[in-house]
Order: sequence, then structure tokens, then C-alpha cells
Amino acid sequence: MKTALQIEDLTVKYGEFTALDKVSLAIQPHTTLGLVGESGSGKSTLARVIAGLIAPSDGQVLLGSQVLGKKRSREQHKDIQMIFQNPDSSLNPKHTIRQILSEGLLFHKVVDRAGVEQRCKELLDRVHLDERALGRYPHQFSGGQRQRIAIARALSVEPSVIIADEPTSALDVSVQRSMLELFSTLKSELNLTMLFISHDLGVIHAISDIVAVMKQGQLVEVNPKDQFFSRPETSYSRELLSAVPKMPISITTGGLS
Amino acid sequence: MNTTLLDLQQENQGVLKRILNTPSLLVGSIMFLLLIGVAVFAPFITPFEPSEQNLYAILQPPSSEHWLGTDQLGRDLFTRLIYAARTDLKIMVLAEIIPFCTGIFLGMLAGYYGKWVDTVISLVTDTFIAFPFYLIVIIVAFASGAGQKGIYITFILVGWIVFARVTRGLSASFRKQEWVASAQTMGIPGVKIILRHLLPNVLPQAVVVLMTDMVGLLVAIVTLGYLGIGIAPPTPDWGTMISDGQSFITTAWWLSAVPGIAVVYTGIALSLVGDGLADLWRRK
Amino acid sequence: MMATNPILEIENLSLATSAGKSLVTNVNFSLGKGESLGLVGESGSGKSLTLRSILGLLPRGVEQVGGAIRSDVRSAMIFQDPRGALDPLCPVVRQLAEVVYYRQNVSRKASRTIALELLEMLGLPDSLKQKDRYPSQLSGGQCQRIVIAMALACKPGILLCDEPTTALDVTVQKQIIDTITRLQQELGFAMVFVTHNLAIASTMCSTLCVMKEGQIVERGESLSLLQNPQHSYTQMLIHSVLPLPELERGAGV
Repeated sequence: MKTALQIEDLTVKYGEFTALDKVSLAIQPHTTLGLVGESGSGKSTLARVIAGLIAPSDGQVLLGSQVLGKKRSREQHKDIQMIFQNPDSSLNPKHTIRQILSEGLLFHKVVDRAGVEQRCKELLDRVHLDERALGRYPHQFSGGQRQRIAIARALSVEPSVIIADEPTSALDVSVQRSMLELFSTLKSELNLTMLFISHDLGVIHAISDIVAVMKQGQLVEVNPKDQFFSRPETSYSRELLSAVPKMPISITTGGLS
Repeated sequence: MNTTLLDLQQENQGVLKRILNTPSLLVGSIMFLLLIGVAVFAPFITPFEPSEQNLYAILQPPSSEHWLGTDQLGRDLFTRLIYAARTDLKIMVLAEIIPFCTGIFLGMLAGYYGKWVDTVISLVTDTFIAFPFYLIVIIVAFASGAGQKGIYITFILVGWIVFARVTRGLSASFRKQEWVASAQTMGIPGVKIILRHLLPNVLPQAVVVLMTDMVGLLVAIVTLGYLGIGIAPPTPDWGTMISDGQSFITTAWWLSAVPGIAVVYTGIALSLVGDGLADLWRRK
Repeated sequence: MMATNPILEIENLSLATSAGKSLVTNVNFSLGKGESLGLVGESGSGKSLTLRSILGLLPRGVEQVGGAIRSDVRSAMIFQDPRGALDPLCPVVRQLAEVVYYRQNVSRKASRTIALELLEMLGLPDSLKQKDRYPSQLSGGQCQRIVIAMALACKPGILLCDEPTTALDVTVQKQIIDTITRLQQELGFAMVFVTHNLAIASTMCSTLCVMKEGQIVERGESLSLLQNPQHSYTQMLIHSVLPLPELERGAGV
């Protein structure tokens, strides 16, 4: 089967400290891989290496069949987009939403200059925001709304892979829920291939098809979601799962349908 | 599922209201605009010429004809004062333009790229800071001959440093922000990130620094004039006026005091504007 | 809901900014000896401010504009960010001994002994006894244990917890929760527990108060509140909890 994204023996070292230790992973097209791990497990480092923000000490990243080198081409940059954790700092405070959304559109010539306005409106509509948002600045929006704008920006250049690094962790539970609903809608409507990183197993369960677990820079388990959550292979996964605080009642209404 | 947005009109009103709510900015701007107005419209305000001598009316005290009296050559002091404002303010503004731009740009380069770019730029700024500013000014003034040229050259040489230091620190912290990472992921080239993303974010702080720096520059211009290595007579300048009036300090003290007060007035106006802007942007 | 013999009573507490914006309105609750009460809600609901007002730790610009807080026992607080609650330049055992020295009025020597006992009680590594360490040399979970030890050094009748596990990893979170539960059983202090996590609140506390926009919108005994929520906001909060399937017993390793 053709893979959308493949990582081979990726190693990142900061001096003596090994942040990533020979990580190999493949993501199939149109699936979402949920990456779990505790702080310091290297999951954000992995995301940043794939996005081209950190150069690995060793190993390589393959997009489809092409190897992504140290200097990426414009097209390769366009193909992988990232959504960050902190809605307070993921948008340039001095740019209007129109500037934020049109930058990628113009730089990668997704549409011509005349079509930008229309496309920006479509993008906002995709993430359920009013088109009047275009002339405003990030500080005029709530955390959840800003995260939606960040998603729209990532979608703007029509990437083949989206990396979402803890996109819901800084949000309130109710907002987190609507954000996850948005992600699942986008996933099915746009056939996205996604690497979704979270420390929250509930979030991972709601969004992933495949679950990968990282611990201290190494990948300890990769399994389909259903298997991972009911019969995890490693004791570390089991420990993670049993540490999640449980509601004293069984929730029948919860979860994403 | 559309979420309600803030009322846009309310936001726009906010800007004017915020300025009105910042007394230091309001007062400072009015003071400074008044000064600029007087300097620009000097020929329409006074009937005299700045170098027009009248040896029959020397060292006169203030009167209805000569509002601030006359000097030892019978020139109208008020006329000289406002023409000197023209000279000094023009040099102050012009001498800041190039250092302001280069300083911001070099600072952003150092802060954004870090590594060797930062090392080189920081080395240069630290070296220049080790020299006392006035030493450099005086050396350059002697080397290039007295006059405005020395001030411009000195400021092109050293004026950028203060801006570079401020923007370097800011850019280095912005570089870690996720909106920069996001632009990098898009593949936007470094120079574009610097100009399009960092610049609007460092500019407010740089403008605040510019205001205080202009005060320093004005004092430097006046000091050089006072020492006789700045603006050469007969061009009116506050520094030479203070120096010329010094000999008559016991009989006609206002000859030195009035241009001195003008320097203080300008300094207060610019400092108030700087403080006000800093206040305004911080509250946002 | 009045406890029979309350050690903490909050009556009609209202907080507002100095500009007059209301932040908390008419909050009432009381706490009996050894009881635990959970304040749950999302950010901006006023739950942390309510908790902080008990100790008078309101941030600058926030004032109590109405109501009364009555308490006849000591309270101590633990915070969301343990590293931020410790002095980064002072070794942790020394910090802890310092608190013991001032709060328990014992000699310097005795304070150190008591501090070491507290460390043991919280399950901190024995190596700290030989070699003191700075907060930056400890993990987040260990720092939180030190903060809890410092709170306990005040011999509190009430332990105020402000999201004490939110910044921690899930496995560490579980350990801290277990530790707090165990200590509560051993020492019998009462507790006000602020969290946005319904699952944690309901396992830690017998009573829950759901806060929204500065008001308590619903309160009740934990289990019945979750089983039978009346207010739409409570229902929404419960609905927002993401479910996890049960682990199959004995499967895997």
C-alpha cells in the first residue's frame, strides 16, 4: 500500500540529549494517526522535524515517494502544514485575518490575486466562521475561534498532510469538543491525512484511526485504535490508559458520533 | 454554528478614545505639533529676518516690538529662536531616518537568524557602545569639519545601535512564536518573514525608542553648537545662541535661558509622546 | 446545603474588578470538617478566584465587593504550576524546613526533621535527605509533592487545591491524586478542589458545585449530580467528557 508520509530511523540529538531515537513510522493516505506521549517524549520534536522546522541528526522523511531534504522546494513546503498548540501565539497579532489567510494562497499561487477574497471566505466557511472576520485582528477572537483560523490557514494551501500538535489542549472542554467535531468533519469531507498529536487519550480516541505511543524519544507501540484502547500491547500503554481519570458513571451520551 | 463576533464599530471608536485616554500622548503631541507648526511657519509669524542686525537696538529687554528682546547684534531673539527650531528639528529628524531603518533591519536580522549573523552584529554594537558617544561625535566633527555633516555622519555610524539592540531582543523572542513557525512551515523565505511578520511587531517599540533617542540627538546637536563645532553661524541654532548669550548672562540672562528652555520644551514633548505611545501599545 | 458544623462558610461572596466588572456573584457554600468540595467549570467561570479569595490572594485589580468568608481553621493552598510556586534559587528541603520553622514555631533543627518526615509521607526519594536539590532538578510531579508538603507543613484544616494536576502528565496526575486522597484519609483535612476535569472532581469530592460566569449554577452530591444533571451547562460539561473504552482485563502483556 502506498504511504502518504514515511519516517525512517529519525534521530534528533541536542548535544548529549537524544530527543528522538531512531523513530520509524508510516501514515497511510486519508487516515489519521494519533500520537500520544507524555511531556518530553519527543512527539513535538517529531512534528517539527516533519514540518521541516528542525533538521534531524539522522534518518529521513519521505512524502509519498520523494525524500524531503534539508532544503525543501516550494511545492514540498506546501504539502505539509502544521497546526500549533497555543491559540494565543499561532497567529501574527499585527495581521488581519485576511492577511493571515491570503499569505499562503498568494505565495503558493493557489489562486490568483482576484480570487483571494473569495477563497478566504470559503476557508472561513469551512471552519464555521463568519466572513466578517476577515478584516479583524487575532486579539478580537476567542481561543477556539483563533484555532479555527489557524486550521483555515493550514488548509489554504491544500496540503497533502496536516500535522496538528496538541491543537485542543489549550482550550476549554466544550470548545475542545466542537474543535474535534470540526476535525472529524474536515477529515471526511477533505479526505485528510493527519498526524494528530495529543497527550489526552480521550482526544486521541475521538479522532484517530491508528494510535502510536512515544516514550522518551522512542516509539513504543503502533496499533489500530480499537485494538490499542482495548488490548494495548505494551505495559507502558496499559499504564497510560489506566491512569486516565474515569467518570464514576458510564457516559452514554458522550463521544463523537 | 457561526460564533458571534465583536462589534467592529466599537473597535474603531476605541482607537480615538484610547488616544484621548492617554493624557501624556495627547499633551506631548500637542506640544510637539505646536513646535513643528511654529518652525514651519516661521517666516509668517515674525516680521524680522534671523540674521537681520540692528546695531542701534542691541541687548534690548523684551518689548512689544521684540517679544523676547534682542541680542548683542540687535537681532530679534524670538525670530532667531523659531528659525533655530527649524534648523535643529530638521537635523534631528533627518539624522534619525537612516539609523532608524538600518538599526531595525540589522536588529531583526540578528534576532531572527541568530547564530553567526547575531554574533557579528552584536560584536559591532558592543564595540560601538564601548566608545563614549560624544567622543565619536567630536572626532567625526573635527574630521569632517564643523557643520551639519559631522552630525549626520556620526549618526549614520552609531545611531542605529540603540534600535538594533531593541529589535534584536524582540525579534529573538518572536522567532520562537508559533506564528513564525507557521510561516516557516509555509516555506515563506526568511527575509519576507522579517519584513512582513516581524517588522509590524517590532515597529511600535522601535518608535518609542526613536522618541527618546531624538531627545538625545537634539541635546547632542545643541551641545555641538554650544562647543562651536556644530552648526556654524550665521545659521541660527539653539546651541550657538546659548553660547553667544553666555557673556551677557548677568545683564541679559534671557539670551541663554530662552533657547535652553526651548531645548527642554522639545525634550519634554518628545518624551511625553514616547511614554504615551508605550502606554497605549502596552494596554492593548 | 449547610454542613452541620462548618469550618468554612462563604456567604454571598461577590468579586469584581476595580473598574466594576463583576467576576463572581453571590457564591455560597460551606465546608464541614474533613469534607471535600469540588468547584468545577471552564476558564473564566470564577472558580479559581473564589478559591483564592479564601486566602485573600486576589490578583491586583480584583476586589471583594460583597459577602463574607468565615473560617476558624488554617488553610493552605496548592497551585497549578508547582515550579512557579517554588523559589527557584532555594533548595527544596531548605524551603520546606523554612515553612515548618515559621509555621510550627519549632527550632531550626526540629524543623528539618519534620521536613524530612513530610518528604517521606509524600513519597519523595530518600536521596533528598542526603543531598538537597533545586526545583529545576526535580520533575514536575516531584515539585508538586514538595508544594503539597509545604502546604501540609502549615497543618491546615482546609487544603485549597487550584488545578493541582492540570499541568502534569497523566500517569503523574494519577499519583498526585492518589497521594492527596491518601493524605486526606490520614490527616483528615477538609478540601476545596478546583478543576475543569469532571472525572477528577467527582472522584476526589463528595460534593460538587458547577460554576459558570461567576455563579454556581448547580450543586449536589457528586454521583447524583452527574447521573441526574439539571442545568444545561452541567449537562454540556458532562457531554464534553470524551469517553474511553474499557481495557480488556488480562489482555496484552
